Amino acid sequence: MLRKLTVLAAAVGLAFVATSALAASTKEEPVAPSAPWSFDGPFGTYDQAQLQRGYKVYREVCSSCHSMNLLAFRNLGDKGGPFWDPKYKSSVENGYVKAIAKDYQIADIDRDTGDAIKRPGTPADHFVAPFANEAAARASNGGALPPDMSLLARAREGGPDYIYSIVTGYHPAPAGLTVPAGKFYNPYMQGDLSSFWKGDPNKVPVGGFIAMPPPLADGKVSFDDKSPSDLKAEARDVSAFLMWAADPKMEERKQTGLAVMIFLLVFSGILYASYRTLWRNIDHH
Amino acid sequence: MTAHTTYEPKTAIERWLDTRLPIVRLGAEVLEFPTPKNLNYWWTFGGILSFCLATQIVTGIVLAMHYQAGGASAFLSVEQGIMRDVNYGWLIRGIHANGASMFFIAVYIHMFRGMYYGSYKAPRELLWLLGCVIYLLMMATAFMGYVLPWGQMSFWGAKVITNLLGAFPIIGKPITTLLWGGFAVDDPTLNRFFSLHYLLPFLIAAVVALHIWALHVPGNNNPTGVEVKSKADTVPFHPYYTVKDGFAIGVFLILFAVFIFYEPDALGHADNFIAANPLVTPAHIVPEWYFLPFYAILRAIPDKLSGVIAMFGAIAMLFALPWLNTSKVKSMRYRPTSKVYFLVFVVVCLILGWCGAQLPDDAVIPALGKTGINLIDSDLNSYVWLSRIATAYYFAYFLLITPILGLRETPLPVPDSISKPVLAGEAAKKD
Repeated sequence: MLRKLTVLAAAVGLAFVATSALAASTKEEPVAPSAPWSFDGPFGTYDQAQLQRGYKVYREVCSSCHSMNLLAFRNLGDKGGPFWDPKYKSSVENGYVKAIAKDYQIADIDRDTGDAIKRPGTPADHFVAPFANEAAARASNGGALPPDMSLLARAREGGPDYIYSIVTGYHPAPAGLTVPAGKFYNPYMQGDLSSFWKGDPNKVPVGGFIAMPPPLADGKVSFDDKSPSDLKAEARDVSAFLMWAADPKMEERKQTGLAVMIFLLVFSGILYASYRTLWRNIDHH
Repeated sequence: MTAHTTYEPKTAIERWLDTRLPIVRLGAEVLEFPTPKNLNYWWTFGGILSFCLATQIVTGIVLAMHYQAGGASAFLSVEQGIMRDVNYGWLIRGIHANGASMFFIAVYIHMFRGMYYGSYKAPRELLWLLGCVIYLLMMATAFMGYVLPWGQMSFWGAKVITNLLGAFPIIGKPITTLLWGGFAVDDPTLNRFFSLHYLLPFLIAAVVALHIWALHVPGNNNPTGVEVKSKADTVPFHPYYTVKDGFAIGVFLILFAVFIFYEPDALGHADNFIAANPLVTPAHIVPEWYFLPFYAILRAIPDKLSGVIAMFGAIAMLFALPWLNTSKVKSMRYRPTSKVYFLVFVVVCLILGWCGAQLPDDAVIPALGKTGINLIDSDLNSYVWLSRIATAYYFAYFLLITPILGLRETPLPVPDSISKPVLAGEAAKKD
C-alpha cells in the first residue's frame, strides 16, 4: 500500500512541479492587500449585489474608455450574472436587462433604405465600444490603447487582485524618478524604471508607468444599495464584476466539479474494492 | 500475434466472420492476453494514455464544430462562442486544453517507467521506437493546438518555434515559408495548423495500434525485467488488468478534474486571454510546460543553429536508447548504481523544465547576486548556466553513463522467473 501511495504522490507531485514552474515563470509583482473574494475557493460564488455595484462602476467610469466586446447585454441577466432573476425564463426577457440595453444606440442598417441608422439596443446586442477603432482609441488616450475588459481579469497574472492593486495603487513618484508627460507612476504596473531613475542603480523603484489617470476616487460612484463608495470599495466591486465578466461560467463550473468529484471518488473506491477482491488469491509481488 | 485464446465462435454470424475477418477473435485475444502478474502501478499509464487520446479526439471533434480558423474569427469563436455561448463549451474546452497537459504528464511517466525497467531492450526496441514516434507526433499536435485560440502566446509561440527551423542552412527558409504559407505567421499559418491539428491525432491513433501490436508480440516487460517463463507468471489481461487500469484511470481523473473545474487556467498563460497582435510582443514568450526542458536546452547553447540541433538531438537520444544501453539486466531494480544515475536524470529533466520557464540571465540564487565569474556570455549564477550543466548531464546520461555503466556495473542477483524470487528473504522483505 505504501508503494502505491508513493506512486500516487509522485504523479500528483509531478503535476505540481509543472504548475509551480509555470507560476515562477513571471516575475512576482507586488499585490495590494485585498480581503478575500466571495468567489475564492472550491465553493466560492459571486456576490450578486457586488456584481451590480461593479457593473455600475464599469458603466459610469470604465466604459468611457474601455470596451467590453465579448459581452452582450443579455449576459447581464444570465444565471449567476449581476441582474439574473429566476422569474424570467430567458435573460432576453429580463426587464432590467431590456432597460439597460434600450439606453444604448446601436449602429444598424435600415432594411428599407439601406441607410446607416442608430436604433435602441436590445438584450441580444453587444456592449457598445467607446471608440470606433484602435486608432481612435489611441488618439483620445495620448497614444495608449485602453485594453478590452471582457477577459481582463484572466489576461493578467493575479486577476482581480491585480486590477484592484492597479486601481488603488497610484502613488506619488519617488524623488529621483522622472515621470514622462501623460504617464503616471504605479508600483503595481509591470515595467523597468531603471532608465528613468537618477538615484542608486541598486534601488530602482518597483513598478512602471501607466497612461491611465487614477480612474476612481472616494465617492465617484454612488451605489443604490447605500454601500460604502470609497475608493477601495469601488475598486473591489469593479474587480469582482470584471472577474465575473471574464469567467461567467465559474459557478456552474464549480458546481459541476463538486458532483464530478463525488462521483469519481465513489467510482474509484468501487474499482479499488473490485481490484482487491479480484486479485485476492493471486500472489503478484 | 500468438494464439493464446480459448475463443470458440459459437453463433452462426461469429463462425461466418471467423473465416473471413476474425475480428471477434482479435478482441478475445486482446482481452485474454497473458500479462505478467507482477505489473505495478507505473504500468497503468499505457491504459491512461489510451484514455487521454480518446478523450482528446472526442472533445476535439466537438470543438471543431464551433471553432473558426481565421485571424479575425479564431479568438472570438473560442472566447465568446465556445466559452460563453455554446452549451457546456467551457467544459469541453476545459477538458481538451487541460487534457493536453494531462496527456503529457502521463506520457512522461510512461517514458520514465520504460527507461527505469529497461522496457526498450530486446525484443522491444521497435515497441519503444513506435512510442518515440507517438511522442514526436504528440508534440507537433500539441504545439499546433496551442496556436488555434490565436491569443498572444499562441501567435508568438508559433512565431518563435517556426523561426527556429529557419536556422537550418539552405532548407531552413523554404521550410518556414511552407509552414507559414507565406512570409509571416498569419491566416494561412493558422488554417494549415488547424488542418494538421485535426489530422495528426488520427496518425497517432494509427501508430498507437502499431505500438500495441508490437507490445503483443513479445508481451509486456515487468518490474523484474525477466521474461515470462510459464503460465504461472501471467494472468489474463481481462479482468485483472482492466480493473487495475480502470482504478488507475479513476484516480488520474480526479487529478484531471481538479484542473478542469477548479484550476482551469493554472497550466496556461494569462497572455493567451489577449487576442493575437503581431505588433505587440509579450514580455516573456514561454512555451507550454511540457516543452520547457527542450526550450532550456535550446537556450543553453549560445549559437542558434547548434541550439536547435541540441534540442532535436535531445529527442534523438530517446530513439538511440535501445542501442546505447549495454547492460544484460533490464530492470534497474537489480542495478543499484544505475538507479542513482537514473534518479539524478529525472531530477535533471525537472530542473531543465524549471530553467525553461525562467529568464536566462536571472540569478538562480538571488541572495548570492552576481558571482563576478563571467563564463562565455553569462554570470555563473544564472539560469543559462544551470541549463548548461543540466544539458551536459542530459546528454552524458545517454552517451556516456548508460553505455559505460552497462558494461561496468555488477548487478544484483536476478530472479529465475517472475514467480520465484531469487532469494527466500526477498519475498519476505516486500510489503
